[in-house]
Amino acid sequence: MAKSALLKSSIAKKVAMALSGLFLVLFLAQHFFINMTSVFSADTFNSISHFMGNNPLVQFVIQPILIVGVIFHFIMGFVLEFKNNSARPISYAKNNGAANSSWASRNMIVSGSVVLAFLLLHFYDFWVPEMVYKYVDVSPLNETRYFHELAEKFESPVRTGLYSLSFLLLSLHLWHGFNSSFQSVGFNNKYSKSLHTLGYAFAIVVPFGFIFIALFHHFNH
Amino acid sequence: MAPCHSTFDFRLYDFQTKNMKLTLKIWRQKNAAAEGKIVEYPIDGIEPDMSFLEMLDILNDELIVKGEDTVAFDHDCREGICGMCSLYINGEAHGPDRLVTTCQLHMRKFKDGDTIFIEPFRAKAFPVIKDLVVDRSSFDRIQQSGGFISVNTSGNTIDANTIPIPKHDADRAFDAATCIGCGACVASCKNSSAMLFVSAKVSQFALLPQGKVEAADRVLNMVAQMDAEGFGNCTNTGACEVECPKGISLENIARMNREYLSASLKG
Ligand code: HEM
Ligand code: SF4
Ligand code: FES
Repeated sequence: MAKSALLKSSIAKKVAMALSGLFLVLFLAQHFFINMTSVFSADTFNSISHFMGNNPLVQFVIQPILIVGVIFHFIMGFVLEFKNNSARPISYAKNNGAANSSWASRNMIVSGSVVLAFLLLHFYDFWVPEMVYKYVDVSPLNETRYFHELAEKFESPVRTGLYSLSFLLLSLHLWHGFNSSFQSVGFNNKYSKSLHTLGYAFAIVVPFGFIFIALFHHFNH
Repeated sequence: MAPCHSTFDFRLYDFQTKNMKLTLKIWRQKNAAAEGKIVEYPIDGIEPDMSFLEMLDILNDELIVKGEDTVAFDHDCREGICGMCSLYINGEAHGPDRLVTTCQLHMRKFKDGDTIFIEPFRAKAFPVIKDLVVDRSSFDRIQQSGGFISVNTSGNTIDANTIPIPKHDADRAFDAATCIGCGACVASCKNSSAMLFVSAKVSQFALLPQGKVEAADRVLNMVAQMDAEGFGNCTNTGACEVECPKGISLENIARMNREYLSASLKG
């Protein structure tokens, strides 16, 4: 089979979507563990952040892959949403989606779009200042600035609220997405039940953990 | 001697036959090119033990008496095996009951005074022919592209029962083979994806030694045909599995994804 036909196929798109989603899940997990340290120890958080911010492998290999991964994931998400909507030109006068599927599964584009809006805010809040600090202003290395930068951001109740709301939607996104991605890559066997439990746990623990971190810094300032 | 009809007390059955009055909201469309719309029909005297299609038969009888055009709908066996009946009833394919086709749906699933929406299965790949009848030949073309095994039937055919097959595989192949090709999976899917149907047709052979020979071509061709017909992309909502009258499992979709990936990587 011609490789071009493979790349155009619906299943290849589905698998690409799943792999990019799983990749983002891994990213999210490491981000979660690093941020969690900020609750327990400013020093630990500072030293890990300093390492992540200055390690060339993280900065120049993993970070670009991540950015490409995010962009690929949401563009593909919009492409598939558009294609899937056009597969039913006339919609039902009465449709009872709740009878057979979860809200989260039917509204991945909604939860995904909120997460995307959050990511833009997040880039503006942390990533852009970080890049300016390091590569535009070429400011001196300061291994202890990270905790302070983080805590300061959560002073604002509006930002804390927006972050918490976005994580709620991320939770819904993952509630469906985590397990969906395994089904997409063809993983459905006797281990799936346990995996589903893990998926639901991840979808709750990680986003709500992030909300906890935001609230923690908001109220401990 | 008592007259024979008095030995059987029909009143015993009366408690089951409380007649229902309903409002039907039915999609009417003259032909494939015409614009359609929902038309309201009040109907009375519907018994709970009637099947949904009998209820439509009664409506059509009334329309004939009035000299109006009858409502066109698909049906054949009326016992849940042919897959011909369709209908999107109150927002669900084959109505609110589980593991049944529309012909097996009974009016006792509804209440007196209910309003019932009756629409055709909707998908770009299932164009409406008239009223509630849709063209599902896209399924036939998918089948023709690979949903078969090539067997020499010239006389020295090997009896299938002489080939040892693990019971577990045989059972799962049989389960997949119970798909009746009704299209409820497509109709229920928010993406109009045909993955459950195609995966059942791929799985029923992929699990058996007879199907292994053509396995790679089968899955590649059937998926290519599925995509060409304009069905949407699966996002694993699971609506198909819930609405499928034969309980075809999502496991089949995962199996097809595996088969497809390994076939194209070998390819
Ligand atoms: C940290 C951020 C994100 C994570 C961890 C994530 C994770 C996932 C995962 C695991 C899936 C399941 C893939 C599958 O079903 O095979 C998924 C699906 C999806 N994502 Fe995301 N996602 C993120 C951000 C976004 C963004 C920004 C959008 C933008 C619109 C988006 C849109 C979608 C859509 C539409 C789907 C459903 C597509 C499908 O199931 O085929 N996601 N996501
Ligand atoms: S998989 Fe189920 S719903 Fe889909 S065509 Fe087959 S029997 Fe009908
Ligand atoms: S008419 Fe044959 S399955 Fe309903």
